[in-house]
Amino acid sequence: MVFWAAVVIASTVPVAVAAFSPLLQWRQPVYIAAGFAGIIGLVVLLYQPLLAGGYMRWLPASRARALHRWLGAGLVITVLIHVGGLWVTSPPDVVDALLFRSPTPFSVWGVTAMWAVFAAAGLAVFRKRLRLPPRVWRRIHTSLAIITVGSTITHALLIEGAMGTMSKVSLCVAVAAATLKTIVDLKIWRSPARNRA
Amino acid sequence: MTKAIITRRSLIAAGGAAALAGALASGAGRLIVPAQAKGVAPTPSMRGGSNNYRPGAPIVERIGSGGFLMTGTVRRAGDGAPMPGQRIQIWAHTTEGHERDPQSHGATLTDENGEFSLDMPQIVPAFGQPHGHLAYDSGDFKTVFLRPVMPSARHKTLAAHFVLEPA
Repeated sequence: MVFWAAVVIASTVPVAVAAFSPLLQWRQPVYIAAGFAGIIGLVVLLYQPLLAGGYMRWLPASRARALHRWLGAGLVITVLIHVGGLWVTSPPDVVDALLFRSPTPFSVWGVTAMWAVFAAAGLAVFRKRLRLPPRVWRRIHTSLAIITVGSTITHALLIEGAMGTMSKVSLCVAVAAATLKTIVDLKIWRSPARNRA
Repeated sequence: MTKAIITRRSLIAAGGAAALAGALASGAGRLIVPAQAKGVAPTPSMRGGSNNYRPGAPIVERIGSGGFLMTGTVRRAGDGAPMPGQRIQIWAHTTEGHERDPQSHGATLTDENGEFSLDMPQIVPAFGQPHGHLAYDSGDFKTVFLRPVMPSARHKTLAAHFVLEPA
């Protein structure tokens, strides 16, 4: 119960703090929307591993999987709104970022995270058609999730923006911890053959 | 009658001076002269420097209602001579508008010391970090776009320095 309260606080407080940022008064609505899409995307990254790891005991496994898929789709949409909104705000800055020639490292991490999310989602969409062995599929999907989480956290921490420093760092730590805990618990990289022997 | 007194001290001093002169002469050949020949290197444009540039921003007393000071110098490549009367265009995301907005742009001229300063609205963080944009784009020298980043969003001033080479 305390754990889930912490999850809810970690995922709502950063959004609320950002909503009161003084920087917002000097930004256009499209820019603000783009920024919040990014923050919401970061919050989704906290719930994705918790759903994948089956920690929501009150949810049947099938419902947790379905929710993981829906949130995955939602994550892709938040990334599209994030990048699209920034594009409208300042096309040359976004073109620089997408072509990996931006002067600021945070955008390189952001674009890396974007491609990793798209790849992880694509892998989920084409899961059946790819016909990969389940364990292989899972390892690739998890690898892409690790790149997504690592790059997104670096991206977020390097930005001086609307998010409050304390709540941003807390949320990033929570996302990293949830991701690592799930990977360890699900034993993604353990060979089952060796375990049985 | 004057005696030519060569004491041990004066001998050592003279020898030391000669050795120093020799070292300077040979050292100059290796170190000082090439440095002078190379002189002050031209400033390269920064990546992303020209983003949201609007050519021909008008020369203004200040951008908007001011409160933030953009300063800098313009010098000539090679000898580093200050260049008076050079037009520098400045723009940024500020409390009064986005980088793209026309009212966020203005230009100023360097004084007789090659220095410029322009009062502008407070720069606020945008696209990750608070930063300003400056351009030399008048044609006589090669165009240079700078994009200095502020160490902190609380700073009230930012400086950028141009060394221009002939176009």
